Amino acid sequence: MCCNKLSEGAAAKFAELDAFIDGLGIDRNDERRRGRLIQVLHRAQDIFGYLPREVQIHVAKKLFLSEAQVSGVVSFYNYFTTEPKGKYCIDVCMGTACYVKGSETVLRELERVLGIKADTNPTPDGLFSVNALRCVGACGLAPVMMVNGKVYGKVTPAKAVEIVNEYKKQG
Amino acid sequence: MNTVNLTINGKQVTVPAGSTILDAARQLNIKIPTLCHWDKLGCGVSNKPASCRICVVEVERRRNLAPACATPVMEGMVVHTNSQRALNARRTVLELMLSDHPQKCLTCAKNQDCELRMLAAEFGIEEVAFSGAKNRFEPDTSSEAIMRDLSKCVMCRRCETVCNKVQTVSALTGYGRGFSAKVGTASMIPLADTNCTFCGQCVNVCPVGAITGISYVKKVWAAINDPTKTVIVQTAPAVRVAVGQEFGFEPGVPVTGKLVAGLRALGFDKVFDTNFSADLTIMEEGTEIVERVKSGKNLPILTSCCPGWINFIEHNYPDLLHIPSSCKSPQQMFGAIAKSYYAEKIGVKPADLVVVSIMPCQAKKYEAARPEFSKDGVRDVDYVVTTRELCKMFREAGVNLANLDDDQYDSPLGQSSGAADIFGVTGGVLEAACRSVYYMLNGKNLEGDAINFRAVRGLDGIKEATVQIAPGKSINVAVCSGLGNARKVLDMVRQDPNRFQAIEIMACPGGCINGGGQPFLHGDTALLEKRMKGIYTEDEKKTLRLSHENSDIKALYAEFLGEPGSEKAHHLLHTHYHSK
Repeated sequence: MCCNKLSEGAAAKFAELDAFIDGLGIDRNDERRRGRLIQVLHRAQDIFGYLPREVQIHVAKKLFLSEAQVSGVVSFYNYFTTEPKGKYCIDVCMGTACYVKGSETVLRELERVLGIKADTNPTPDGLFSVNALRCVGACGLAPVMMVNGKVYGKVTPAKAVEIVNEYKKQG
Repeated sequence: MNTVNLTINGKQVTVPAGSTILDAARQLNIKIPTLCHWDKLGCGVSNKPASCRICVVEVERRRNLAPACATPVMEGMVVHTNSQRALNARRTVLELMLSDHPQKCLTCAKNQDCELRMLAAEFGIEEVAFSGAKNRFEPDTSSEAIMRDLSKCVMCRRCETVCNKVQTVSALTGYGRGFSAKVGTASMIPLADTNCTFCGQCVNVCPVGAITGISYVKKVWAAINDPTKTVIVQTAPAVRVAVGQEFGFEPGVPVTGKLVAGLRALGFDKVFDTNFSADLTIMEEGTEIVERVKSGKNLPILTSCCPGWINFIEHNYPDLLHIPSSCKSPQQMFGAIAKSYYAEKIGVKPADLVVVSIMPCQAKKYEAARPEFSKDGVRDVDYVVTTRELCKMFREAGVNLANLDDDQYDSPLGQSSGAADIFGVTGGVLEAACRSVYYMLNGKNLEGDAINFRAVRGLDGIKEATVQIAPGKSINVAVCSGLGNARKVLDMVRQDPNRFQAIEIMACPGGCINGGGQPFLHGDTALLEKRMKGIYTEDEKKTLRLSHENSDIKALYAEFLGEPGSEKAHHLLHTHYHSK
């Protein structure tokens, strides 16, 4: 998952999304087209990094749905975000196993070090954003955090800060 | 047919397989309270999310309580609808709902019609045991027509169902999740910025005060009491068959004379009739039909009386905007004639003449505010008041229609034909047009029973017929009501533009008798049949049943407009549409 503002290379991104949707062969008269929505939104968020209104409207048109129908699905699922993410998107698992193993202290430490709140806007330099997720299915490694999809297991608050510092160095 | 036997509260009942416990209980006249449930919203859709849990009942040998509205009956089932356990559960559900509700019933527009308040009364709730988090929202008053106050919402989702499944507008959606879930618009933008058509069906089905009409009643009172203003009022066809039910009349019975008397009692200077301008619409639209059928261009012609439907085509079918009739709706034709012809006649400046409409509709409020219906900052129709809001005005002023003698509409904008009366129900506009088109093409009237185009009558969502407009000349017509049906018919037109020559479309299922401003049905869709009958009775009891024979319409053309379709008529009575 990445990070750039919508304006940067938007045309190319929309073209990439369109190529994907066109490949699905959506039929405007087929009620089942709604079943494709989540799949398309996943791809759109992969491409754009987030799902601003402009992208939702575009997806709605391509799938012959109303904007409200798309918006309702986006609002329901935690995974989808309508705000831009940082270049490095940190997800901390708050599923049961991770939680009892102390993932909340990891999350709070990340919030403190980065000076941002989870599930809100990224750091002012655009490098980091932090999200609280439900179970990512790696309970054996609890507590788990991910950076752009890369999984780090058995993290402690101190280890989390080390990981962040590594990414900071890369810029 | 397969049937199922079961016992409810000790009584045996046999119902068709597939029925719900609620259906079976109703057959036994056993009342189970419901809140989210609504049968037959229109277009064959019901709202059965089983989300409110107000209808839970106890079923023997079943561990959990069952929602009666969504639990199919089974052979030998034994149901108790009023066991202590069921009653306690319902009470808890209701109290939890009330704990996240403003409870400002005294000042709520829905006060007397609120299903939640009625349930609280039935359950004898005298205090709310729970106090917890409350969802807080600012009311959305962005549009001219519909207000949404989500803090009152109980998440029954009737509005969402009617908007998505019946009307296929899809301006509303479930938004968010968990406790903060709500019925929202796309990205929670203001309603005015969405693809809402303002049909108002959501207002009609909302059980509480979460969706209401924007009211202009205070402004109307101010105008009536302003000595510098001449205030005139017009009444839409469907109002007269619905207003009576609020004053103890048999539902559907027309109370036209009492409506006129009531409006006069409120202080309107003149009481006129939208039916007059419905006849005028037929003159213009009939002329347009004749021209288009003769030339074969821009067919099929679509009726344009309904502003909800016009919004729908502007949002969804930009490629078809050349085929609706260019005629303004009767409401707007009335406004245009009132502020020109009539203002001139009585020597009042248009700015000092206030035109109030009594409409069965919310979209009419939006329509009256469209910029193309104003001239030099003066609107053709100043304020729109719905049938329901009018009933409140009557009550506020102590006017009881039941105690009034019948009165007559004023002249010169009050006379109307039976053809105008039927504008209030699905099929009526097209029938009225056909009656006059026949005359326009043949120079003589239809005789005897031929005046009744029964093939286009009735509450079916889509009707197709072939109607004779001249000896040996027929056209194929379609009539549909409910925007979901309009979508089907417009898709047919896209596929085969030659299938129909004329199509009537009304946004609300059944037409204006079921408009977004009519007295609430509270789920009793049989009321629509009664209102429809009332409309056709009005038509049949008149001797004047053809729009082109209305002598005041003839005078209007002779004195002012010239011929139907003249340049002046086009300037005042026709409009254009925009892609949205």
